[in-house]
Amino acid sequence: MSLVFAGICSHAPGITGRKKMADPDDATSFYNAYHQMRDALEASKPDAMIVIAAEHFANFFMNNMPAYCIGMADSYSGPIEDPEWLGIQRTTIPGTPQLSRHIIQSVLQQVDTAYAEEWLFDHGISVPLHFLTPRYDLPIIPVNINCQGPPLTPLHRSWAFGAAVRQACDSVPQRVALIGTGGISHWPATPDSGKINEQWDRDFLERWVNNDRERLLDYSDEHIYHDAGQGGFEIRTFIAVAAAMKGAKGTLHYYRPIPIFAVGCTIATANLAIEA
Amino acid sequence: MSLYYVQKLLYELNRRPEVRKEFCADPQQVLQQYKLDEEEMRAITERDIGMLYILGVNGQILMHFAAMCGYEWPQYIQAMRDALHKHGNVRAGVYATTDGKGAI
Repeated sequence: MSLVFAGICSHAPGITGRKKMADPDDATSFYNAYHQMRDALEASKPDAMIVIAAEHFANFFMNNMPAYCIGMADSYSGPIEDPEWLGIQRTTIPGTPQLSRHIIQSVLQQVDTAYAEEWLFDHGISVPLHFLTPRYDLPIIPVNINCQGPPLTPLHRSWAFGAAVRQACDSVPQRVALIGTGGISHWPATPDSGKINEQWDRDFLERWVNNDRERLLDYSDEHIYHDAGQGGFEIRTFIAVAAAMKGAKGTLHYYRPIPIFAVGCTIATANLAIEA
Repeated sequence: MSLYYVQKLLYELNRRPEVRKEFCADPQQVLQQYKLDEEEMRAITERDIGMLYILGVNGQILMHFAAMCGYEWPQYIQAMRDALHKHGNVRAGVYATTDGKGAI
């Protein structure tokens, strides 16, 4: 089989942790968009889901920081954060070690990814799963792209990584779903938290929806940092998904800057059925 | 200046309950395992979130240490703003403010 679903979504901890501080219409409309994404995901009948996330020092630190890492465990746990702070209870999430191993082996043909048999999910994965697989019954393959501790992998390598993930999905019999989670412009965990560059975000999403490789890669980290904050480095996860879409275009279902969530909240999916 | 070790300690505190327990019982015992200067030790011991921000601790590490120290979200943001006013801009790392002030 191959990729049966692909999409991108926001993962900021405030989405669940600071829901009560948000304007009710902001929270409700975004939650509804997430629920619709779950409906589409379930309709694709996946056997497993790859989650390309940008983790935040839950597993990886600057003593030995992989640019890319793919999980290969029987199961995972999370969230690592205080459940009350994040608004998500700790749980066990099923893995799929055999499928992981196939995916990793295939990706290694193109990109030197690390792998891990232990992985504590942080909000980067736990927030999306809270909405998309609330029963935690879909096996997950976690993936990390280092977007936190520079030096960071170049954008064109994130594209190559996403393309390698797609090639890996094409080589297995299972029905695989893929999501990328991250933020676009944002300045999380700084005094600027809540600042969002909507114009920059909409321009990036227009490039993503059109799966315009040249324009998606036409950023430098200096410009990202200046215009989109250090949180903008996470566009690597969205770029990897675009590459995995193999030319298919996307649909933007939701975008709204929600300062108390500290990010422009985004839900978009790939038009795989049309383009495949 | 040993920002790496400041962040390493906070990373361990955030992810390992046993280190957290040891730190709460005997902070000096934990601190001496890391290469820290006096300013860094004081900031950690006094839970001075604003100073740790100025030293350059990555926000994704610092916000969890702040929560562990009992800071509510608005209080955490305010601590960083107050520190910018008091000490000037962040000294290292990617969580420096781009306008040199830090306020929205």
